[in-house]
Amino acid sequence: MATRADPLVRSRAQTQLALIVLAVVLSIAAYVMVVLGTTGKTPEGVAGLVAAMGLSYLGAHLVVRRFAPGADPTFLPVAAMLCGLGYAMIYRLRPSLAAEQFTWMLIGLGLFCLTLVVVRDDRGLEAYTYTIGLVGVGLLLLPIVPHIGETINGARLWVSLGPVSFQPSEVSKVLLTIFLASYLDRRKELLATATRRVGPLRLPEPRYFGPLLLAWVVALGVLFVENDLGSSLLFFGIFVVMLWVATGRGAYLVVGAILFAVAATLGYLLIPHVQERVLVWLHALSPALVNGTGYQVAQGQFALASGGVFGTGLGQGYPWKIPYSWTDFIFAALGEELGLFGVTAVLLLYVAICARGLRAATQRTDGFGKLLATGLTTVIALQTFVIVGGVTRLIPLTGITLPFVSYGGSSLVTNFVLLALLVRVSAPRLGEPAAGRARAGAMNGGLS
Amino acid sequence: MDRQIRRLGLAFLVMFLLLFAQVNYVQVFAANRLEDNPANPRILLEAYKNQRGAILARDERTVLARSVPTNGSLKFLRVYPHGSLYGQITGYFSLLYGTSALEESQNEWLSGTSSRLIPQTLVDELLGRPRRGATVVTTIDPKLQRTAEQALGNLPGAVVAMNPRNGQILAMVSHPSYDPNPLASHDLATQRAAWRRLTHDPGKPLVPRANQELYPPGSTFKLVTASAALENGMTPDTRFPNPSVLKLPQTTNTLQNFGGEHCLGGAPTITLTQALTVSCNVVFGEIGLRLGAEKLVAQAKKYGFDRTIPFEIPFAEGQIPNAAAFKDNLPLVAFSAIGQASVLANPLQMALVTSAIANHGVEMLPHLVEEIRDASGRVVETVPPQEYGQPISPTTAAELTQMMVDVVQQGTGTAAQIPGVTVAGKTGTAQHPGGNPHAWFVCFAPAAHPKLVVAVVVLDGGSLGSEATGGAVAAPIAKAVLEAGLAR
Repeated sequence: MATRADPLVRSRAQTQLALIVLAVVLSIAAYVMVVLGTTGKTPEGVAGLVAAMGLSYLGAHLVVRRFAPGADPTFLPVAAMLCGLGYAMIYRLRPSLAAEQFTWMLIGLGLFCLTLVVVRDDRGLEAYTYTIGLVGVGLLLLPIVPHIGETINGARLWVSLGPVSFQPSEVSKVLLTIFLASYLDRRKELLATATRRVGPLRLPEPRYFGPLLLAWVVALGVLFVENDLGSSLLFFGIFVVMLWVATGRGAYLVVGAILFAVAATLGYLLIPHVQERVLVWLHALSPALVNGTGYQVAQGQFALASGGVFGTGLGQGYPWKIPYSWTDFIFAALGEELGLFGVTAVLLLYVAICARGLRAATQRTDGFGKLLATGLTTVIALQTFVIVGGVTRLIPLTGITLPFVSYGGSSLVTNFVLLALLVRVSAPRLGEPAAGRARAGAMNGGLS
Repeated sequence: MDRQIRRLGLAFLVMFLLLFAQVNYVQVFAANRLEDNPANPRILLEAYKNQRGAILARDERTVLARSVPTNGSLKFLRVYPHGSLYGQITGYFSLLYGTSALEESQNEWLSGTSSRLIPQTLVDELLGRPRRGATVVTTIDPKLQRTAEQALGNLPGAVVAMNPRNGQILAMVSHPSYDPNPLASHDLATQRAAWRRLTHDPGKPLVPRANQELYPPGSTFKLVTASAALENGMTPDTRFPNPSVLKLPQTTNTLQNFGGEHCLGGAPTITLTQALTVSCNVVFGEIGLRLGAEKLVAQAKKYGFDRTIPFEIPFAEGQIPNAAAFKDNLPLVAFSAIGQASVLANPLQMALVTSAIANHGVEMLPHLVEEIRDASGRVVETVPPQEYGQPISPTTAAELTQMMVDVVQQGTGTAAQIPGVTVAGKTGTAQHPGGNPHAWFVCFAPAAHPKLVVAVVVLDGGSLGSEATGGAVAAPIAKAVLEAGLAR
């Protein structure tokens, strides 16, 4: 078992601590600049913020050190940086929401620690495969239930239980990833059995397309009943990617792409909302749309353009002109005030999470661990691509949050749990020497 | 599985590179186009973010326009303390309707974006201070401006007062005018209501009559015709036949005197000086025919008609057809010589003609801006006096001055006499098909050492209707402005 005396464990812990200090310092600096930029005065109570942020991340650091020694030291600091930047930007755009976001961050960190404490070995999750899967699908479909589901901004993705309302799809994405990792690990040989060849593709037996079709139907349900483009796309994307990684069968990618195209066409033909998104994507700046349905996307474009290479500086631009700048469009707000340099840095932070996540996947020797790390990484990568691509007009807009940055409790808390699982997957397992795994990683070439 | 994971890594890399490329495209390559998109609210927010410079009168105390801080999202409100008095000069600064007049032409100074302000703006930038606009000091004399406005009263028309020696515009009034304040309001409904009211007002208050509209100048244009005559060999004493009506070539039409009178009680001949003093149409028609279209048009162009004269706010120079246009229409030459037919001008153009006569034949470029001061009060630019050209010789100028003195002492312009001051002037009563005649008066004083040129037009007869003449309606207004100006 990896011990604290292990030099790799020690050096990783030190790296993590140093990076966390850097992230907290930069986050506080961003907050101070926001206050300076908007009010021209130095903020009061910075010491309190430093204490609250510093202590909570220090606590999380110690929990990682104690309960996941030798874990990858990048995940927590990168999340801290994104979260701190998001907090500063939310404070700049909606000061009234900032305290709430801070609370959610604390709750998220709490659950991060709790996850690491409870899940000592990720393979223990395999025992609950179907429970987790059922809860995951249940949560995904929960908003459909009358009296519980709530429609906000045209999408039925909220659930109200008494005083608490949350987006179950956020929780669902983590649960379903765990479920898929376990399920696909058990069935991968079966699903990979190829019986026929069509050109370069080796096709599995038709009945093994069953799970893919089932996932597609669920995704369609989310799309048509809940009107939730983002969750639908994310859910189906994760499923296809994990199926392909597990089996190595390109046929699943091809069939998945075809099913996606069919769903997209159906969605376009049957859902006015989807047609509008495509129209706005193509013509957001045309005079007919720029002050109408294309307003939000156009404002995002204007914000990004006015930021230019260096940005206007925090608190100096007009990101509040963008509707929902503090949630879906926070990337455009960052682009205006931090410029191309700033958003490139943000993108690189996500690249770091993804690279380290996949590296953790290749370093695992077991199928479940590999699939879990890959799946969790894919959640972050896909979600970032879909929202940043939508905001920048690379692809049609799909309203989902920018992980760790956007305002939103469900999203932030879930992402911290996801992060805890990534940390857990990256840590040497009980009875496995950390140094040995590092060597194995080096031999594999790694993906950092 | 590791092979797929590595490929997935590559796919992620491609996805992030696509995002990076797209961000580059939006923030760098398409940025200029997006920033200039009229739907981009930043253009105006930026304009309202910094304190725009003030526009001041020449005394540097009278504020024509300034920006005051507010608590709203638009941080400064543009205020015009004197309402409509300077509206036509400052123009408006409006969220919905953009800018006009000095607010438009001096925008780089006022907004502080001019590269000439860099020392100051750089210091502000380094100290983290918001950018501050520069102050535009105009040549306008507030006392004269107010006098001109009061003298014009409720009559539709315009007054221009300028210093003939340096071209500084001292007063410029157009009536009806408008108050730019509601157009600069941060309340869009107020702006829209004001705009609708101003654009639907039959009095057309947004139209700058002093400098941008054109009217037949009537007999004030005889100064141009007389200039051409004197420059082409005639003298103030050259005698002309004095018929009661002028028979015109190529037509059976005749040219008549004002009110059908016979000049000088029907004397058989008449000198050029006498003809100008009583504003004899018949004689000036004859002079026009003798000079020919080419010489008349050339003289008008020397004064700036049909030329481009730089000015800080839109200036419509006078108009006269090309000489070629008169070839088959000789009567038109006679009518043009008395400032009718297709000759058009405005008070600013006629003030320029008058100022050349007052300034020994040298026409100065008119200007409204005296100097620019940056936010810390340093003068960054002073507008020097500049010659536009020399349309007439000093001799011609002196001869014309004497003739114009006669106009005020014993001719049509006696209403402009000021005790103890020799005033030189010329009346004009311009017929036009739209209604009662326009009454004109141009003048300067003192005749020996001119300090002030005043040009007045009262549209559609003013208070006297069809009985209006330049001498009766416009000359008293010019006199009031002259008196105020000379007392400065």
